[in-house]
Amino acid sequence: MPFVSPEIFAKQRIAAIQDYSILSWHAVVNLFSRPRYWADIYTQMDSIGVGSMPIVVLTGFFTGCVLALQSATSLQEFGSVSLTGNLVALSMVRELGPVLTGLMVSGRNASGMASELGSMKVTEQIDAMRALGTDPVRKLVTPRLYATIFMLFFLTIVSDAVGIAGGALVSVALLGLNASSYFHNSYRALAYADVVQGLTKPLFSGFIIATVGCYFGMNTKGGTQGVGKSTTQAVVISSVFIIVVDFIVSRAMIGIFGR
Amino acid sequence: MTKTMPEDLDNRRTSPNRTDVGIAGSESAEPIVVFEDVSIAFDLKPVLRNVSFAVHRGETRIILGPAGGGKSVLMKLVDGLIRPDSGVIRVFGEDVTKMREVELFKLRGRIGMVFQESALFDSLSVEDNVAYRLHEDQVPEEEAHKRVIEALQFVELEQTIEKFPSELSGGMRRRVSIARAIISNPDLILYDSPTGGLDPITSTTIVDLVVKQRDVSHTTALMITHRLQDAFLLARNHFNSKTGKVEPIPDGGIDDSTKFLVLNEGKVVFDGETQELVHSNDPWLKDYLS
Repeated sequence: MPFVSPEIFAKQRIAAIQDYSILSWHAVVNLFSRPRYWADIYTQMDSIGVGSMPIVVLTGFFTGCVLALQSATSLQEFGSVSLTGNLVALSMVRELGPVLTGLMVSGRNASGMASELGSMKVTEQIDAMRALGTDPVRKLVTPRLYATIFMLFFLTIVSDAVGIAGGALVSVALLGLNASSYFHNSYRALAYADVVQGLTKPLFSGFIIATVGCYFGMNTKGGTQGVGKSTTQAVVISSVFIIVVDFIVSRAMIGIFGR
Repeated sequence: MTKTMPEDLDNRRTSPNRTDVGIAGSESAEPIVVFEDVSIAFDLKPVLRNVSFAVHRGETRIILGPAGGGKSVLMKLVDGLIRPDSGVIRVFGEDVTKMREVELFKLRGRIGMVFQESALFDSLSVEDNVAYRLHEDQVPEEEAHKRVIEALQFVELEQTIEKFPSELSGGMRRRVSIARAIISNPDLILYDSPTGGLDPITSTTIVDLVVKQRDVSHTTALMITHRLQDAFLLARNHFNSKTGKVEPIPDGGIDDSTKFLVLNEGKVVFDGETQELVHSNDPWLKDYLS
């Protein structure tokens, strides 16, 4: 890769941020004017939401299991194994459910969007779409954006639920806890602020996954090698963004709700 | 296929069969496409330099030139898919360099474009590809299907209606691409190397379709080609509506609506009619045509 001067490098980065911002803005506001591609939104909901169910369920379930197992060891030292339910529920709902679901969906769908749109870009299908009088952002990006935000919200709820269920299985089967007490403690541990915090995060994660995936797809250059590069960049950058934004949202929520 | 070299055209006269196009009458009218001093560069490398030309109604303009000469860029500029660094491009009298993308979508409704590699939507069937514009315009399904059949019959591919682009050969994909471009009866058709990468027989089939479209609909067209024989095939053939075949123009005639634009290294080296091209004394042009 040729070296470029710091000035050109900085200009390229600023231009990329500008292009990303413009794409994201158009993708958001397109839903408020005609034409709206509802069929594409439903198709993407099926592909992103229903298609991601198996990985989200498996990840959530085993995260809950391992969380119960690991936390029980530490809690045992303080004679508080019965609080396993509290710990699993709080951890899953506030942090692990949203973040892990975001990361799994990012790995599956940000890459899928980047490679699909990237292939369309390098084979001139995006230009063909524009030549046929269709706005590719409206047709391709907006449905993916809203479908991801909407479905990630529900996938996070599923992940939280199966995570708590996984924790329950380990607590009852391996740690010998009472199931009723586990669920009662889990329920008691959760406050309104925890649920709000846990369900605000997927809205941001969904936005990041779709916009970053589509941005890299729409800006693919250089044939099949370029598609591979875009796919990798989309997953890496969206994953890092999800974790960074998770921290910012957590801090903001703690500031607002005091926990 | 008979290869036609420029020398064969030296003593040909203009076709007597093209009176219906009204070229002479339209000379005074506003040209369909106008380039005025258009320049564009990519990564500081000039691709087009001060390009100026005009294409009139009913004209078929063949764009020739070596690879990398800026021909495809010129085609995308006409459709407003990219914007020039300087100069003015007017299409149907509207300055596409100053139009917003939303306005360009409307303008592009009057333009059909055939891309270099067909650019068919690989996730859609042939029917959905051809009907794409009709579906966007909310044309009723029954009427859209009827028009798709007609367009596919024009390119003689009605049997492929349920197939997907990946199931078609390169030549078939180009023909589907032509069907997609003509289905809305555009006022201007842009053919970006429709014969590129095809064998000579398939290329002739594609050129025959371009001739048929030219002589049946008299649509203004720009066509890029790397093959001189395709260009001269277009110039010396016409579509005979009685026989339904593309035939050589009688008495060695030349189609007077077919004109040439030759680009080299981003500059226009020739802009004119077939006879002028073959009689040009420009050394580079002579070398290129030989």
